[in-house]
Amino acid sequence: MDNLPTNQSINRDVGVAALFIAALRRDLMLSLRRKSELVNPLIFFLMVITLFPLGVSPEPGFLAQLAPGVLWVSALLATLLSMDSLFRSDFDDGSLEQLLLSPQPLFIVVLAKIAAHWMMTGLALTLVAPLIGVMLFLPSEGMPGLMLSLLLGTPTLSLVGAIGAALTVGLRKGGVLISLLVLPLYIPVLIFGTGAVQAAVTGLPIGGYLALLGALLALGITLAPLAVAAALRISVSG
Amino acid sequence: MAKAEKKWLPRWFYQLASPRWCYQICGKLLPGFSLVTLVLLLGGTLWALLFAPADYQQGNSFRIIYLHVPSAILAQSCYMLMAVAGAIGLIWKMKVADMVAKSCAPIGASLAVLALLTGAIWGKPTWGSWWVWDARLTSMLILFFLYLGVMALNSAIESESTAAQSTAVLALVGLVNIPIIKYSVEWWNTLHQPATFKLTEKPAMPAEMWMPLLVMVIGFYTFFAVALMLRLRNEILRRERRSGWVKELLLVK
Repeated sequence: MDNLPTNQSINRDVGVAALFIAALRRDLMLSLRRKSELVNPLIFFLMVITLFPLGVSPEPGFLAQLAPGVLWVSALLATLLSMDSLFRSDFDDGSLEQLLLSPQPLFIVVLAKIAAHWMMTGLALTLVAPLIGVMLFLPSEGMPGLMLSLLLGTPTLSLVGAIGAALTVGLRKGGVLISLLVLPLYIPVLIFGTGAVQAAVTGLPIGGYLALLGALLALGITLAPLAVAAALRISVSG
Repeated sequence: MAKAEKKWLPRWFYQLASPRWCYQICGKLLPGFSLVTLVLLLGGTLWALLFAPADYQQGNSFRIIYLHVPSAILAQSCYMLMAVAGAIGLIWKMKVADMVAKSCAPIGASLAVLALLTGAIWGKPTWGSWWVWDARLTSMLILFFLYLGVMALNSAIESESTAAQSTAVLALVGLVNIPIIKYSVEWWNTLHQPATFKLTEKPAMPAEMWMPLLVMVIGFYTFFAVALMLRLRNEILRRERRSGWVKELLLVK
């Protein structure tokens, strides 16, 4: 018990960057140890994509036309499904309460958790997307647009989804509810994301779409962690 | 007694924060508002259906505008009110503000449904199909989804104060998103005519057409106030059922 005060004083000295990196490392390590959580969104992404040629038409020209939208919708659903686990395990084992009680700014911790989640889902989806684009006969001109739009758009999806995850973390049946809350908010990202891919396929400049996606991301980074922090405090205390 | 500071607002305004006084003030306002609503909606409807001139292109089918536009305007205003009331409840922990936010959601959702339905009925003769994936229809549909999300979250959380706080956060997030959704959907695809009323310009239609519309819009606002007050009074009674004044009120009647 003697060294408790010194411990606390050491903890208070942690800088913002060190806090961010520590939280990021912890979450990355946790999710790397649970391999299924890393792989499941990717498998889901691949499976949903497979359903489209089976359900709609295997004809290459038609699939190429469909590809930007299908890729983006599947990436969006894969992110959404993985969202529920963002705070769930921390809530169950009580470490979320410790995070809320800690003197460090919750904004930074939340941002780090979302960043770790994005690296495990959004970044992985972005890296797998060209392969799936080829399977859907997406023309090679569309690939840069696809990669860049996913790279800028999926972090926004994680940020907005985290608000839904934080609001539903205290509930036992969070799964379906979170999609109801979050899906309408995903629509702008979907519109600009598919717009970028379609523009890239037809050879039009994609700078405007990417700028808009970047603006949404900037807005998300500045505002979403605030909402997530507020929502976590409400969910955990209630 | 020296007055330390000047009061900017009348006393009854502060009293609205107390559920008991709010219940009584709403009860006093209700008859007047109901009367005005009845007069405005009845007068506006008769004016719109009987005396307003028919459109030179759309004929009489345009007359549904007198239901469509007010309900669409109200569906949006109601979301604003819900988010603002939620924010007030979140920041100042006012119970009545929470109750207002909760009562807003079903009214707003039904107004959004009304706007979508009248839009579909109007779309059939004008565009030739019940539903078009047009920007403004789609953003109204998304607004309806936002209402559904708020209502689903509210009913999923058991503790009433937690539910109110959570839905307030969600409503505020939605409020930030509504303009983004609106403009992104507008760039995506539009077929709809531009807004009828703008604050900065005179309406494009002649006065005989937009005057009844204005009456209808004001009538819808007062109707909304009546519906909100009725729901609010019920909500106050339900939540304050254990307090003395509610028991007294129920025993006296």
